[in-house]
Amino acid sequence: MPAPIRLRELIRTIRTARTQAEEREMIQKECAAIRSSFREEDNTYRCRNVAKLLYMHMLGYPAHFGQLECLKLIASQKFTDKRIGYLGAMLLLDERQDVHLLMTNCIKNDLNHSTQYVQGLALCTLGCMGSSEMCRDLAGEVEKLLKTSNSYLRKKAALCAVHVIRKVPELMEMFLPATKNLLNEKNHGVLHTSVVLLTEMCERSPDMLAHFRKLVPQLVRILKNLIMSGYSPEHDVSGISDPFLQVRILRLLRILGRNDDDSSEAMNDILAQVATNTETSKNVGNAILYETVLTIMDIKSESGLRVLAINILGRFLLNNDKNIRYVALTSLLKTVQTDHNAVQRHRSTIVDCLKDLDVSIKRRAMELSFALVNGNNVRGMMKELLYFLDSCEPEFKADCASGIFLAAEKYAPSKRWHIDTIMRVLTTAGSYVRDDAVPNLIQLITNSVEMHAYTVQRLYKAILGDYSQQPLVQVASWCIGEYGDLLVSGQCEEEEPIQVTEDEVLDILESILISNMSASVTRGYALTAIMKLSTRFTCTVNRIKKVVSIYGSSIDVELQQRAVEYNALFKKYDHMRSNTNPSVTVITIQASNSTELDMTDFVFQAAVPKTFQLQLLSPSSSVIPAFNSGTITQVIKVLNPQKQQLRMRIKLTYNHKGSAMQDLAEVNNFPPQSWQ
Amino acid sequence: MIKAILIFNNHGKPRLSKFYQRYSEDTQQQIIRETFHLVSKRDENVCNFLEGGLLIGGSDNKLIYRHYATLYFVFCVDSSESELGILDLIQVFVETLDKCFENVCELDLIFHVDKVHNILAEMVMGGMVLETNMNEIVTQIDAQNKLEKSEAGLAGAPARAVSAVKNMNLPEIPRNINIGDISIKVPNLPTFK
Repeated sequence: MPAPIRLRELIRTIRTARTQAEEREMIQKECAAIRSSFREEDNTYRCRNVAKLLYMHMLGYPAHFGQLECLKLIASQKFTDKRIGYLGAMLLLDERQDVHLLMTNCIKNDLNHSTQYVQGLALCTLGCMGSSEMCRDLAGEVEKLLKTSNSYLRKKAALCAVHVIRKVPELMEMFLPATKNLLNEKNHGVLHTSVVLLTEMCERSPDMLAHFRKLVPQLVRILKNLIMSGYSPEHDVSGISDPFLQVRILRLLRILGRNDDDSSEAMNDILAQVATNTETSKNVGNAILYETVLTIMDIKSESGLRVLAINILGRFLLNNDKNIRYVALTSLLKTVQTDHNAVQRHRSTIVDCLKDLDVSIKRRAMELSFALVNGNNVRGMMKELLYFLDSCEPEFKADCASGIFLAAEKYAPSKRWHIDTIMRVLTTAGSYVRDDAVPNLIQLITNSVEMHAYTVQRLYKAILGDYSQQPLVQVASWCIGEYGDLLVSGQCEEEEPIQVTEDEVLDILESILISNMSASVTRGYALTAIMKLSTRFTCTVNRIKKVVSIYGSSIDVELQQRAVEYNALFKKYDHMRSNTNPSVTVITIQASNSTELDMTDFVFQAAVPKTFQLQLLSPSSSVIPAFNSGTITQVIKVLNPQKQQLRMRIKLTYNHKGSAMQDLAEVNNFPPQSWQ
Repeated sequence: MIKAILIFNNHGKPRLSKFYQRYSEDTQQQIIRETFHLVSKRDENVCNFLEGGLLIGGSDNKLIYRHYATLYFVFCVDSSESELGILDLIQVFVETLDKCFENVCELDLIFHVDKVHNILAEMVMGGMVLETNMNEIVTQIDAQNKLEKSEAGLAGAPARAVSAVKNMNLPEIPRNINIGDISIKVPNLPTFK
């Protein structure tokens, strides 16, 4: 069998493929070749084959049949084999495959290998994908290497220890003795990873945190040396000595100083020093400053230091570099709750950021702006935010609208302003308003009693031109239904009342009903509004009845149900409409039957004195079921223009137990309210 | 913690993908596609930070990226990492690649993806930053490569010859000499027969 092709060859071949299908074909061919080569247990070329497999895996093709081969490579004596084998293990294996446990022994041996690079490979792999079982087995080896004088291995062991602690938190105690001398190292790599290890331990255990607080002076010293040491070519990045290490130490100091007065005091000076001395012309300097600011804000620092920190953030906001502006806004967002007044000073800069072109910056500026709104600045801020709502990308509109509603509710200087703001949001971003905002708004409008006429008038005018924005239309429909009488009577005080007829109002509501832009919920609102107007309007009740009855056969089940119920109101309960004639008395009678047999053909008759007029409406039925299981209701309308005492003679006829029955009675004890 | 490091080109073809958290193969490919989709939409003059896509953990995680010529370098991190610090880290990574490959370009990454993994392994381990000193990293990589070469035996002879010639330090010979209007082309050195 010819020697398997080199990785380079394979890559070259695949790059000539012009379509995805062609590439797939080439890959499949090569996979077949690799598989047969694996079957032959060829040691020489295993390394090459696995390398090719990893490349194909990166492109997205399955490579699981190479997992066992990786293990064989790891077990080999050659460094080249081990290198690819461990890489393969990291890319292809994970805890869910049982295969990975087989690695444990190899790793254990390699951790004790004579070549440091082999040890390094083993540490790296264990630290990347070691499972809890593996970590448990090998933690001792890692701990040993943590104490070695070889800085290359020590730094890797430190990060490996972090992984072990993450997987098996109970083992954290085991690494405690080894941490004693970690900070005495000169090698920056070891220092860096040691700080990471200490940080992890402090974050996981309050006891460890308390224990390591005593390291604060040492950390402060190291940081000081870094800033004051002058130029050191080894660690220099753009003129600053090892900024990565500085940032790490600052972060650990933050954790140690949090909620602890003594530690915070010990670091005050160095923080002030870093904050004032760091060169800000390059990104590295700003990274350090940023971390310093976060630390100052998080620990119990003195107020002068805090103001310094916020001012640094304020300066960041004016920086040309977008990344700096972004982190400044993010940090200000974190501190706005605790240092509200200090952040307020930068309000105008923050508001300017609303006009930035960068989406990420705009979002943060918006969130921060909402956090800064208070009773004093609400008018000005709202103007800016409404302008933002108008011009921002669609992805912001929903959040912005909700934010404006919240802020307006908390800080509205007047009811009129509040309603105007809501109107502005509904008309500007009407389709982006969240569904749950609609009932809240309705509630709000209901409570502002003196603004009802103004509100309904403005809403009416808003939807006249355009009724496509659903939340706006829903709120408007509800208001028109509720306050339609105010609308047509032209009672508005706040602005020039408009002339609207009942028909015009019904026109718009009907258009909403028919429009195919209207959502089902919106139509429900419109139909209910039309129905409610039947009690508020006087001339158009018939038109309303017609509309409602049409929708009794609507395809939309929700609408149909409403229409049917409203129709029923018209038919059965029409008498309950507010009486236009106050001298009519409405009497409802109810007849029930407690015997064991039904009463059928039940007829109720009544007679009244001459000055009265009587109208008997149809009874609900002519059968009274037995055992009080049902009743007959009938409505009587009595016209009593002379307001005389009401008297009535009644006659009941019905069939019971097979025979015809009759009952006569006189009723004189109507309550005085019914005829006075 | 760094959740993933991705390098892909302007068309979304992956050049390196390293995940420090467990994801299935399908999810890995989806993450690459989703990340490319998010990052390629960005303008040139906006900030280098993005909220992570849904697959990689949503708004708790950030994508910090840098665009160099035809390649995007994307680090997906959680909130424990400093955004500005990671930007610097990407810079150090690219500079290290440049040192190891001598004026690195996309082709180098394509044909030597295993070497790129090795370099990355000296910088980031288990999702945490291991070493940031470029010279230190290059020294360690060189030593390991030497170890590999010494094992290669006879099969490695051509490769050794090539690198020997490369390190020969021939003086720079200009290909074109311009004296005013006259342009003289220097002939190639004669080949050995």
